[in-house]
Amino acid sequence: MNITRNKLSRRVILQGAGAVALVGLGNASFGLPALAAANDKYPEEAFKQKSDTEAIKALYGKTAEASDKIKLDAPEIAENGAVVPVSVTTTLADVTSISFLVSDNPNVLIASYKLPAGTVPAIANRIKMAKTSKVTVLVEAGGKLYKTDKEVKVTVGGCGG
Amino acid sequence: MASTIRVRATNNGDTTEVQALIQHPMDSGFVKDAKGELIPAHFIQQLSFEYDGKPVFLADWGGGISKDPYVKFAFKGGKKGDELKVSWIDNKGATDSTTAKIG
Repeated sequence: MNITRNKLSRRVILQGAGAVALVGLGNASFGLPALAAANDKYPEEAFKQKSDTEAIKALYGKTAEASDKIKLDAPEIAENGAVVPVSVTTTLADVTSISFLVSDNPNVLIASYKLPAGTVPAIANRIKMAKTSKVTVLVEAGGKLYKTDKEVKVTVGGCGG
Repeated sequence: MASTIRVRATNNGDTTEVQALIQHPMDSGFVKDAKGELIPAHFIQQLSFEYDGKPVFLADWGGGISKDPYVKFAFKGGKKGDELKVSWIDNKGATDSTTAKIG
């Protein structure tokens, strides 16, 4: 009941914010016009998926093939599952998007980044891991989807469990 | 009010490296408080970086990103003294924005 109410008002607020940006009253300082112009609808459904396959399908609509041209950096053992530093670099060309999945998290999609032309395909971020799990990075390059993964052991879970 | 966004942008010749640290609880909605009640989801959903009026990096985030999120990336271009604009919006519709000079 509580949760439904929050979801409803969040949707209303987001719709409101979207409407403001579209009308172009857009407080430029908020950067919302930039988001609207780049045509980036937040992939809400993808962020709710509980399996890697479903998240990849929801986000990209295609399947990923393994690639050895992607280097995923994550600790062998994460002491603190609430803050796991994960980074990626790739030698693939024409990278347009990079995303991170944690297979055993309640929602597997962690982040999805869009890289306009000229942005270097290398990203570092910090993620939460509920427990020991496979971490997958997806790289969309030249219209095709590639991936690599790594198992990260977690000693103290990062989802409050 | 001070911005929640701390950015460092450094130009090294033809590439500009950007690091950002943002103050935000990034509550996933899965954690319970001391009373056993779920702390509602409260996290940044979209983060954008703009240079010269164009986006150079766009992030779609979920509650699985760590509290006080950090991100690092780089883009070709950028000049010392130019500005980089950073903005975010969270699932409650709150926003923040800042500009940083490339050093």
